[in-house]
Amino acid sequence: MGMTISEKILAAHAGLDRVVPGEIVNAKLDLVLANDVTGPVAIQEFAKLGIHSVFDKEKVAMVPDHFTPNKDIASAEQSKILRNFAKEQNLKYYWEAGRVGIEHCLLPEQGVVLPGDLIIGADSHTCTYGALGAFATGVGSTDCAAGMATGEAWFRVPESLKFVFNGSKFQPWVGGKDLILYIIGKIGVDGARYKAMEFTGEGIKNLSMDNRLTMCNMAIEAGAKAGIIEPDEITLEYVKTRAQRDFSVYISDPDASYEKVFEFNTIDIPLQVAFPHLPENTKSVDEASGIKVDQVVIGSCTNGRLEDLKITAEILKGKKVHPEIRCLIFPGTRDIYLEALRRGWIETMIEAGASVSTPTCGPCLGGHMGILAKGERALSTTNRNFVGRMGHPQSEVYLCNPAVAAASAVRGEIVHPREVVNHG
Amino acid sequence: MGKAWKFGHDIDTDVIIPARYLNRFEPEFLADHCMEDADVSFAKEVQAGDIIVGGKNFGCGSSREHAPIAIKAAKVKAVIAESYARIFYRNALNIGMPILECPEAVAGIENGDQVDVELITGQIKNLTKGTTFQARPFPSFMQDLIKAGGLISYVKENRKNA
Repeated sequence: MGMTISEKILAAHAGLDRVVPGEIVNAKLDLVLANDVTGPVAIQEFAKLGIHSVFDKEKVAMVPDHFTPNKDIASAEQSKILRNFAKEQNLKYYWEAGRVGIEHCLLPEQGVVLPGDLIIGADSHTCTYGALGAFATGVGSTDCAAGMATGEAWFRVPESLKFVFNGSKFQPWVGGKDLILYIIGKIGVDGARYKAMEFTGEGIKNLSMDNRLTMCNMAIEAGAKAGIIEPDEITLEYVKTRAQRDFSVYISDPDASYEKVFEFNTIDIPLQVAFPHLPENTKSVDEASGIKVDQVVIGSCTNGRLEDLKITAEILKGKKVHPEIRCLIFPGTRDIYLEALRRGWIETMIEAGASVSTPTCGPCLGGHMGILAKGERALSTTNRNFVGRMGHPQSEVYLCNPAVAAASAVRGEIVHPREVVNHG
Repeated sequence: MGKAWKFGHDIDTDVIIPARYLNRFEPEFLADHCMEDADVSFAKEVQAGDIIVGGKNFGCGSSREHAPIAIKAAKVKAVIAESYARIFYRNALNIGMPILECPEAVAGIENGDQVDVELITGQIKNLTKGTTFQARPFPSFMQDLIKAGGLISYVKENRKNA
């Protein structure tokens, strides 16, 4: 019996020839990361271990992205804990405002995470890096502290679920966000609990790296331990200019074992909107058409990448954001921001009446930079629409892709992009 | 013995401790806002020894360890749920917050019932209704972790022995 890509990565890092689902292994880590919310707790727990230095100063990343630029005194204190630790430990991967980005946009872009890596991060969306063919999973601060100290973590080898997307054609404006929301709508927010979700098929082969990162990012919204895609030419093209160290490409064996296989025809999947208050409450955009919103958010570790901004600019070009809408755009990193600026997209957005911010997680988790009042409703390209996620417990969040978000910002209500692009 | 606070399915870590309070991490501060977006009376009225009862996928969403820290600091004795989200489960054990998986107990406990939990055996007693339930045992690796008093002590111990 062969192994899946997830099993191969775990086996290689545990020094074993093979592993099977259910087995608990102790494995060596290629990267441990935390942010300005989870980092301070991890640093406090690290101190309790009585160990003075991290296992490898080139394998620990601290990314101040959640409440930065610091939103208040308390969050400034948390950032300071992170900064002092990074300095004291002489960490290679730490960035200040102006250079920092949203962690899961930044680390792949900078080549810090690579194919074949085993990564734990004190952030649930650490599963994003599976798009590169790495096994990456979210943990809490205590696991992060132990990982920083020992360079190892224990894992229960997960069962794998295989999601096959047949066909290379997509409906217009459909992207990775729609594919993953569609899956979550089918299997539910605990449909992949403890499992590895492996995305494959012709549809995935025809998906850009930005779209793949979006898909793996939201594996956690189905409860998964990891989302993963086998590296191919697109992956290698993406990493070749970024990698500064060796990496390994793992591919699932043809006779690897999966707990379940799901098959979809890519062309059948329409643009998705997830209704409050769970990402599994998905409908097609046409079923959501006409729902009025107060705020549109485009960005986050889910959809803050260059292609997301490209689609946004294309739709906003020559148009105006509806007078009653606040359209907030968050490029994921400094490099994404700069490239969008050079291509004229930022100008298009600002001329259309959108607000463009420095990279931050900001409103996605109800942190800052766009909090909702009681009774307000947002349409957002972020990843969660839980109760109170973007502000007041009686506010609402609808999730969608950047094309739907930009078109709806123009219309003032949820709309299919064809309505806005064809009719001005 | 304590009162059962019953919640529904998919209780996410955003309602256990909303992100607007994550600019601080003192346990007592987090406890003051525990479960706030699901039930504002919880943090004010919860008593030491009370039990949280949840449905399936308890603790889904964010990896914030602040969630089990808030519950522990609110002096909740244990959480009983049908099932747990992966990261929450691991975090709770790592910090020594007892959590039990027992769908039968969840079905057999109503909000406000008096409940007692025997953490070592996993026995759950509903004193209001006079019923008893048995939670699933922890896997052996987890038992070692619990015995050591959480992950930090476990790592400390293992380093000493290495």
